[in-house]
Amino acid sequence: MFDHLLEPFRYDYMLTALWVSALIGAVCGLLSGFVTLKGWSLLGDALSHAVVPGVALAALAGLPFSVGAFTSGLLAAAAMSFVKLKTPVREDAVIGVVFTAFFAFGILLISLYPMQIDLKSIIFGNILAISPEDVVQLVAISAVCLLVIALKWRDLLLFSFDPNQARTLGLPVRLLHLTLLLLLSATTVAALQAVGAVLVVAMLITPGATAYLLTDRFGKLLLIGSALGAVTAFGGAYASYFLDGATGGCIVVLQTLCFLLALVFAPRHGLLAARHARRTTGLAGTLTP
Amino acid sequence: MSPPVSNELPLTLAAQQVSVTYPNGHTALSDATFTLTGGTICALVGVNGSGKSTLFKALMGFVTPTAGRVTIADAPVREAQRKGWVAYVPQSEEVDWTFPVSVEDVVMMGRYGYMNFLRTPRPVDREAVTAAIQRVGLSDLRKRQIGELSGGQKKRVFVARALAQQGRIILLDEPFTGVDVKTEEAIVTLLRELRAEGRLILVSTHNLGSVPEFCDQVVLINRTVLACGPTAEVFTAENLSRAFGGALRHFDLSHSTVEAHDGRQVTVLTDDERPLVLGQGGHLEYRDRAAHQKLVDEREAAKTTARDV
Ligand SMILES: Nc1ncnc2c1ncn2[C@@H]1O[C@H](COP(=O)(O)OP(=O)(O)OP(=O)(O)O)[C@@H](O)[C@H]1O
Ligand SMILES: [Mg+2]
Repeated sequence: MFDHLLEPFRYDYMLTALWVSALIGAVCGLLSGFVTLKGWSLLGDALSHAVVPGVALAALAGLPFSVGAFTSGLLAAAAMSFVKLKTPVREDAVIGVVFTAFFAFGILLISLYPMQIDLKSIIFGNILAISPEDVVQLVAISAVCLLVIALKWRDLLLFSFDPNQARTLGLPVRLLHLTLLLLLSATTVAALQAVGAVLVVAMLITPGATAYLLTDRFGKLLLIGSALGAVTAFGGAYASYFLDGATGGCIVVLQTLCFLLALVFAPRHGLLAARHARRTTGLAGTLTP
Repeated sequence: MSPPVSNELPLTLAAQQVSVTYPNGHTALSDATFTLTGGTICALVGVNGSGKSTLFKALMGFVTPTAGRVTIADAPVREAQRKGWVAYVPQSEEVDWTFPVSVEDVVMMGRYGYMNFLRTPRPVDREAVTAAIQRVGLSDLRKRQIGELSGGQKKRVFVARALAQQGRIILLDEPFTGVDVKTEEAIVTLLRELRAEGRLILVSTHNLGSVPEFCDQVVLINRTVLACGPTAEVFTAENLSRAFGGALRHFDLSHSTVEAHDGRQVTVLTDDERPLVLGQGGHLEYRDRAAHQKLVDEREAAKTTARDV
């Protein structure tokens, strides 16, 4: 029985999948704190879809996928800020228009030019078949993200909470904005491998949303988010071995379970806690959310 | 840590022919010119939409003036900001109150300019934060998430942040709206102390009645600067009518029972809760005339000593 549980660790490809998932889960979880608080959830979704044409073009040109993905993610981000700046169209609509345009173009390319890439592996990811080069790239991206956030999280926090105050203190607000966007794009590209374009966005939102329910302090939120991301990604990859199911699916289902648990049992913001507070304080409690 | 503000020369904030046109083509401010020097509380008064917040944004560099320029100590605002000289207390609506930060965290954000690359708080920073929180009377609530505070407490958090920053120029956008008399008085007392330390305070308000109580200068605006200078000179019935047009409730009691009864002539102007009372000949009425006279005397004395030195 115990032997059976250790079985995944006996295969090299599984070992790689497990630690790589955990790493990317941690980085996504860390960033998810910023994504949820900055109200960038939709942007994360957009970026993950916008990388598809880049991957297709990179495949046609014989370049590494990640270069294409990263470039087209950034292009999409730039296109969104440009359209937003120049028109009064609401931000969510702008994001919607831009990312579906990119995604559609990518699908068109793939259908027109039969190529070596498998659309399914972009959309659903395939961590079990990750190449050594991809592992190196993923580790590099993660290291940069972790380093930048470890050094500058307080500046990024101020930028997210009160950009005006950041500017008042003479902080480089535009640079901070760009940094956050770059980290987000790079992480999206890295996480594509693990969970695919469709589920990346969950990794970039759910841990942060869960952590938000569990703490009122930003620093703790980042730590909880990244710990949750790592543990669920590891657990999901592990479970996928036995279930023989898609890794991305397992990871995100696990994250959603954590979110639901927090929603019900969180000590201060959970449903039970709210109910308890109402009962103990009587009527007064029903007036406060 | 910077030396105490009072030992430094007072700063000068100057707006020269500042105009701001928003992307939608609306010119919110044109040709605004005024100069203020440290050791003053200046009120920024005008109707809704007269461009008070716009002027603040131009002063802080949040919007770029389409014409004219703003200088602090004869240098661009950006330079003063790098030195942490300028503190800004935003209008409550501009703040995301659901953000997971505590009172203490927010006040600490005033100290970033003094910290190292990693922004790790040093003991001096913690002391400054504790002192600032104490000064606004929020010591018991310092660990609270900012959304779980009352309206008046929320205002005070951001005043504390400006205190912790030790800004030599402090801009406050409507700190008194939705605040009860007690908190208003606490904030006013604080502003007076800051003035005594030589800081320059610019505060926008709709409480016309309290302006003469604590502001020694006034900038009246309505899409441009209508008048600026000492309160007694600027705050006249004539100027206020120009600034507010029909928006003021104007009770001229000269033909009322008040006059018949006690022979006094009184004009009451009100934009908000607190009315402004103008006496005969348009001179300002103070609730606490003795305190006001004391302030005037002190300022005169300070000027004389400054000249003598
Ligand atoms: N972002 C913006 N884009 C376009 N027009 C704006 C913008 N912000 C303000 N305005 C316009 O500029 C004018 C001045 O606005 P501002 O916010 O400076 O007024 P205010 O004096 O602060 O008013 P209040 O007393 O209501 O706070 C208004 O007519 C307003 O409609
Ligand atoms: Mg305003």
